[in-house]
Amino acid sequence: MVPRVVRVSRRAPDAPQVWTLELETEAPELDAFAPGQFNMLTVFGVGEVPISVSGNPAAPERLAHTIRAVGPVSTALVGLKPGDPLGLRGPFGRGWPMDAAEGRDLVIVAGGLGLAPLRPVLYQVVAQRARFGRLVLLYGTRSPDDILFRSEIEGWRSRLDLDIDITVDHASPSWRGHVGVVTKLIAGAAFDMSRTVAFVCGPEVMMRFAVAALRDAGVADGAIHLSMERNMKCAVGFCGHCQLGPAFVCRDGPVFRYDQVRDLFGVKEL
Amino acid sequence: MGIQGLERIVMEHPFFAGLDEGLRALVSGCASNARFEPDQYLLREGEPADQFYLLRQGRVALGIRAPARGELVFQTVAEGDVVGVSWLIPPYRWASDARALDVVHAIAIDAACLRRKCEEDHDFGYAMMQCFLPTLIQRLHAARLQILDVYGTPA
Amino acid sequence: MTPPRRPKPTVLTTEGLQALIDALRNHGFRVVGPTVRDEAIVYDDVTSLADLPRGWTDEQDGGRYRLVRRADDALFGHAVGPHSWKKFLHPPVQRLWRAERDGDGVRIEPEPVSTERFALLGVRACELKAIAIQDRVLLGDAYADAHYGARRRGAFVVAVNCGVAGGTCFCVSMDAGPRADDGFDLSLTELMDDAGHRFLVEVGSDEGREMLAGLPQRPADPPDLAEADAVVARTAASMGREMRTDDIHELLMGNLEHSRWDDVAARCLSCGNCTMVCPTCFCTSVEESSDLTGDQTSRSRRWDSCFTMDFSYIHGGSVRSSARSRYRQWMTHKLATWVDQFGSSGCVGCGRCITWCPVGIDITEEVREIRGGESA
Repeated sequence: MVPRVVRVSRRAPDAPQVWTLELETEAPELDAFAPGQFNMLTVFGVGEVPISVSGNPAAPERLAHTIRAVGPVSTALVGLKPGDPLGLRGPFGRGWPMDAAEGRDLVIVAGGLGLAPLRPVLYQVVAQRARFGRLVLLYGTRSPDDILFRSEIEGWRSRLDLDIDITVDHASPSWRGHVGVVTKLIAGAAFDMSRTVAFVCGPEVMMRFAVAALRDAGVADGAIHLSMERNMKCAVGFCGHCQLGPAFVCRDGPVFRYDQVRDLFGVKEL
Repeated sequence: MGIQGLERIVMEHPFFAGLDEGLRALVSGCASNARFEPDQYLLREGEPADQFYLLRQGRVALGIRAPARGELVFQTVAEGDVVGVSWLIPPYRWASDARALDVVHAIAIDAACLRRKCEEDHDFGYAMMQCFLPTLIQRLHAARLQILDVYGTPA
Repeated sequence: MTPPRRPKPTVLTTEGLQALIDALRNHGFRVVGPTVRDEAIVYDDVTSLADLPRGWTDEQDGGRYRLVRRADDALFGHAVGPHSWKKFLHPPVQRLWRAERDGDGVRIEPEPVSTERFALLGVRACELKAIAIQDRVLLGDAYADAHYGARRRGAFVVAVNCGVAGGTCFCVSMDAGPRADDGFDLSLTELMDDAGHRFLVEVGSDEGREMLAGLPQRPADPPDLAEADAVVARTAASMGREMRTDDIHELLMGNLEHSRWDDVAARCLSCGNCTMVCPTCFCTSVEESSDLTGDQTSRSRRWDSCFTMDFSYIHGGSVRSSARSRYRQWMTHKLATWVDQFGSSGCVGCGRCITWCPVGIDITEEVREIRGGESA
């Protein structure tokens, strides 16, 4: 329950109100994380929030967190400068099941800031490409300005062994890419859904519709994995805030297999 | 390209998959080939909805022009999709622009011809509606999600 | 606290009970137990028998609690009040750490665990079970809380077998009493028949046996044992409420959209009293505070309630914004998903949530109505 003191090593803007902070710690052996896990970051005197790790699992010394400033703590976090101290607890949670995707085709469906907890998956798959079958990233976001990790995406796009499709809800005059909901990209992705594993992350509304589109395309409920989000205070299954039905999102998630949360999804205000 | 070539293209197009052969032959009677260069317009807002298109290759941006804001694209469509649905209902006028983003190959269908055939043969008409309704409903669902701004920063 | 072989029960007089309190205090325990304050029986410091609620009992019903004089001088002749032992073991506020700016860095000092040792005097069977349930929640998973653990290990537990069942009690339905079976160092049954005002004492641990060793006592005889059994049997037969539990998990989780939730939502004030008085509710929140310069900051944990509007807040709104959803969360957690999480029900049938609800919402009635009404 007690944070370690770490420092901001880099700070870079990604999109309006979204920054990526890289942290350096004095005990890098404690920083290793699995894709999909999160840390609790403290701004001393302000508070603590859960933030997914968005960096490369093979390079935990550049412990990256992509943060959108929405409340007092996240706003204070993105205001920290290189060298500033902050508190770190973690990593916590059950991450993306990379083993389940081994040997299968992997469809990654990301919405908005949901690409951040999925970026570690992309790093890992690209680094261990032979372990996986086809790799497709379908990324939907509000507008071209909101596209995250642009240079990385361009780098991945230039590879022949993965497909990336980006779509926006609201185009800008210079945008020549897809315009429309990300669910349409799922329907249009013509490959063998019966040997596909899907990782989905984004606003809950988007995930609901993305899962429906995946199921319509023939992906089994047990092959779809989502990252859920709830109010968290302790991150260790102690404070009770993050409960989703019987599950503690901090400890039993945040990544869940769809068939395990399917019934909970349908209940309003659960 | 001969009539048989056109018929084959219509029969192979995913939009009419499931339609029986005779009905597809009826469609071919209203069809012709079309090709557009990048940035050429397939349709323009306000013009009579005479001809609509089934895309075979290339992407098209559907949008609306606004003063001082240029063209606002609300959707892009690609091979397998239909461009132009306003021909289905009076006043048979296009409600938005459609601009080719790449080199576009499409099947052009004479809307008045198709409407007349639907009137003459109601079984054919019903089959046409069954082809077009799914596209309309899906676009309605998608438009709703886009309007809701699910990725937006809440106020 | 599991005894290898239990010694035979003995009997203490009331003077012997005072001697027990003195012995506990001499051993450095802070003795806490029932006492009358603000027209209720609460848990607070006890130094002598005079502090105990001699001659008092309570009348409890939905949204109703009154102290009433007994015809005798029983010291434990009452049911449970608004406090539970979690106020000592899992206190309402607990500092977690302090931080101080140190040049361009920050130094963190974790809060040391408490060394205060409590002797809990008068723990009822339902409360023993509630403590065991909180042990499971707060110590039994991957994260074991050091603060709770220290208070728990340091605690000496003197249980009391209930001589009276409260108007809202249903421990029998929840298999949580009225007889204290284990989880205590010593257990007392207050007897007040012709043989005099005395206490049957059972030993539950080595610490209990040692504490008892020096006290003036005599072996229990068959009439003592028979009267003790009779006391417990009378209590078990006079429960104020009951709840059928064999089907509760499927009943509640299969009826998440039942119209009864709308009915209770129309009455529930979301005041959170139930969560404050419930002996197993464990939810907490954290607060960061700092001095004016921002150089010294600290984080504390405090009790929280799932009934608060921002309990489930995430970016821009709360997942459970309606009172209906929050009541449903509390009740389905307490009776159903608690089983999935911790292997047992979260409810011990103490009835506090019924008594202390300002509008008298009765959890046993809610279950009955969801099941199908009067006869269900």
